[in-house]
Amino acid sequence: MAEKEEKEKKPKVPRQKMPEQDPKVRARNFDEVPFGYTPELAQLEASRCLQCKKPKCIEGCPVEVYIPAFVKLILDGDFAGSARKLKERNSLPAVCGRVCPQEDQCEKVCIVGKKDQPVAIGRLERFAADWERTKGEITIPEKAPPTGKKVAVVGSGPAGLTLAGDLILKGHEVTIFEALHKTGGVLIYGIPEFRLPKAIVQAEVNYLERLGVKVECDCVIGRIETVDELLKEYNVVFLGLGAGLPQFLNVPGENYCGIYSANEYLTRSNLMKAYLFPKYDTPIARGKNVAVFGAGNVAMDSARTALRLGADTVRIIYRRSRDEMPARIEEVHHAEEEGVQFYLLTAPTKFLGDDNGWVTGVECLQMELGEPDDSGRRRPVPIKGSEFQLECDMAVVAIGAGPNPLLPAQTQGLELNKRGYIVADLETGKTTKPGVWAGGDIVTGSATVILAMGAGRKAANSIHEYLMNENK
Amino acid sequence: MYKITYKREMAEKTVCHFKVEAPRIARKAKPGQFVVLRVNETGERIPLTMGGTDPATGMIDLIFQVVGKSTALLRTLNVGDSITDIIGPLGKPTHVEKIGTVICVGGGTGVAVMYPITKAYKEAGNNVIAIIGSRTKDLLILEDEMKAASHDLRVTTDDGSYGHHGFVTDVLRKILDEQKDVKLIVGIGPVPMMKFLCKLTKEYGVKTMVSLNPIMVDATGMCGACRVTVGGKTRFCCVDGPEFDGHQVDYDELVKRQRAYLKEEKASMEQFTAAVK
Ligand SMILES: Cc1cc2nc3c(=O)[nH]c(=O)nc-3n(C[C@H](O)[C@H](O)[C@H](O)COP(=O)(O)OP(=O)(O)OC[C@H]3O[C@@H](n4cnc5c(N)ncnc54)[C@H](O)[C@@H]3O)c2cc1C
Ligand SMILES: Cc1cc2nc3c(=O)[nH]c(=O)nc-3n(C[C@H](O)[C@H](O)[C@H](O)COP(=O)(O)OP(=O)(O)OC[C@H]3O[C@@H](n4cnc5c(N)ncnc54)[C@H](O)[C@@H]3O)c2cc1C
Ligand code: SF4
Ligand code: SF4
Ligand code: FES
Repeated sequence: MAEKEEKEKKPKVPRQKMPEQDPKVRARNFDEVPFGYTPELAQLEASRCLQCKKPKCIEGCPVEVYIPAFVKLILDGDFAGSARKLKERNSLPAVCGRVCPQEDQCEKVCIVGKKDQPVAIGRLERFAADWERTKGEITIPEKAPPTGKKVAVVGSGPAGLTLAGDLILKGHEVTIFEALHKTGGVLIYGIPEFRLPKAIVQAEVNYLERLGVKVECDCVIGRIETVDELLKEYNVVFLGLGAGLPQFLNVPGENYCGIYSANEYLTRSNLMKAYLFPKYDTPIARGKNVAVFGAGNVAMDSARTALRLGADTVRIIYRRSRDEMPARIEEVHHAEEEGVQFYLLTAPTKFLGDDNGWVTGVECLQMELGEPDDSGRRRPVPIKGSEFQLECDMAVVAIGAGPNPLLPAQTQGLELNKRGYIVADLETGKTTKPGVWAGGDIVTGSATVILAMGAGRKAANSIHEYLMNENK
Repeated sequence: MYKITYKREMAEKTVCHFKVEAPRIARKAKPGQFVVLRVNETGERIPLTMGGTDPATGMIDLIFQVVGKSTALLRTLNVGDSITDIIGPLGKPTHVEKIGTVICVGGGTGVAVMYPITKAYKEAGNNVIAIIGSRTKDLLILEDEMKAASHDLRVTTDDGSYGHHGFVTDVLRKILDEQKDVKLIVGIGPVPMMKFLCKLTKEYGVKTMVSLNPIMVDATGMCGACRVTVGGKTRFCCVDGPEFDGHQVDYDELVKRQRAYLKEEKASMEQFTAAVK
């Protein structure tokens, strides 16, 4: 009954836009694209929420954020309180508010969305979290008394960070081991500054360190220490390794200079700050005419980075059609606004290069959509004789990632599936190796930040239970 | 932070030897493995082979040639200074076993990379012949060390200022003509040297391993910057290598890929030199 009543109440206020940089200007800088809500806009948007008795939105969120409650606190002007409410369920709200595919999750099922545009939950989440961080109102929650148990976390992406935050509050000693020289996983090396400022990720890690989490960068587990060695010193080990293996097209000429995997391109730009070369020492090619293969978030990020590094033309080349593009709508929209061109139903067959081994172009085939494949998407089929060439002096291959075998190959007793991902119980994160849990992209394949966080949380609960019953 | 405890300049200050405190790496590293380091906060990640390790003192040896900005910057550090990040041990260790006669050929700074490998082959009970070469006498490094690490050391210089006048390949050909029981050749040096060396050893049908040095970024198999073509297949040098069957390597592609950032490297070096002056 309550639900019906709610449906009939229609908000008078339209969904509030976030002010953002003009596309022409922002396509040439690395500053964040949206500025975020002002307190006034946030409160206006918060007023659109019907405070449903049976909030659908919560069901749409993988970590079940108390959405109506945190929105209400914004409406009441208690922004710090709103951030605290968010953090009861989501330890990285400033990140999720920016990068969650809200349109497929919480906002998709929001009641207001039935007749009007849904409440802008993500934007509000971002607002409250930013408020807390920038106004210095971060409070440290109380920790449970020390249990004397030690947890090693391998990988500092969203899965590892969430798990570390949960377990430290439960009184365990937690050490994160990260292969790179900075923490954050994809949040720091993959997602560009203009979409997720690195200072935000750093603030989240600093917060964990204030809670007492130890962080050891520069540690490639499997090399400097094996999982079995860690198990001698720690009660349990959690593997949050991500999907850190780039996939290539496997077409001739792919090793010409100027052809990057998205991982390399984005790592150079984000982690190594090559966009600030020569202030930072890592170089990066500044192509004028850039081809990007793939149409997910990673491809959009690569294309938009290329524009910001001075490209005149950036083309997204994708073998399926617009409907199948896996990127978030907002990202495709941003890319189009900034001038990225889309070559759909187009597949590369080989790269062309010059005498210096530098890429000069790509030969492509036109495709048409055939019968649906295993994934339910219509399979692209090449059209005979439709070859054509596109010029490019730089290319980025962004067609997906796989599991990096470095650690799994070194670890006995850890079962992998046929694609090389770690087999773990999806509810608990338990692997086939005693004392070892895993979660995030290394279990599911490339997914989302919030799903990796959810996996971290479930594993934390399971590990806590295990640690509290151990030696009983 | 990783503290430098020893510094020695060699080969007219173009080559530098550091000992750096990195106890965990020292404990784990095996011959043939390398580290990636970042000199400071704005630095790039560069790979350097460990010329030696001492688990007892926790030191690793880095021997590097000054070729551009990062190595020039590294050279400005002194005993007591620290390197911001060192990651390792990386790459597959050299597969060392007792097989008989092994020839270890090192050119230029490749000698530094070759040194621990040579030592390991000798310690495993092989008969080790070493050949080291440089452009000129003053650029020759680690002669005494290589002498101790082998049973028979030959030296060459391109200009004849010391040892045999000519290339390491000349000496190698002579040995291969005289000795029929050579089981393995390991060649490490500039790419052209490795290329010609492998052309030669292929003629003689002797298995040859080389250590490749493409441009790297993460060196954990995550980015693919280091891809090399071996036997027609793309491999990631940082995790599949750095050592490969020398007869299978596409050296021309490797050279081209190594030169991908020449323009940027030059600009970076010029800016650095101007700032130091
Ligand atoms: C460019 C890009 C854009 C994306 N955009 C979005 C988006 O808009 N929204 C969204 O929800 N998701 C997005 N994703 C996906 C999302 O980032 C990932 O699903 C998520 O980060 C996975 O988290 P994780 O904790 O499993 O692993 P990761 O974030 O991959 O972190 C794994 C960490 O483990 C470390 N590691 C690996 N092996 C070892 C080892 N042996 N020893 C020590 N450390 C190790 C790695 O260095 C890394 O830091 C994007 C991904 C990319 C690449
Ligand atoms: C596995 C491996 C082991 C190595 N071991 C040694 C060693 O023991 N001693 C030694 O002197 N050198 C070694 N090198 C080479 C060393 O990494 C480069 O000389 C160094 O990175 C040059 O940096 P730079 O800024 O001084 O020069 P730059 O001016 O940047 O470059 C000069 C040349 O060095 C190469 N180079 C540049 N950046 C990189 C990079 N990130 N990774 C790899 N190569 C690069 C390029 O071919 C370039 O043309 C090794 C390389 C590899 C891959
Ligand atoms: S975490 Fe993501 S899905 Fe959940 S409420 Fe926030 S934006 Fe929505
Ligand atoms: S966000 Fe939407 S579904 Fe959730 S409580 Fe508000 S109106 Fe209801
Ligand atoms: S250097 Fe990145 S994969 Fe080898």
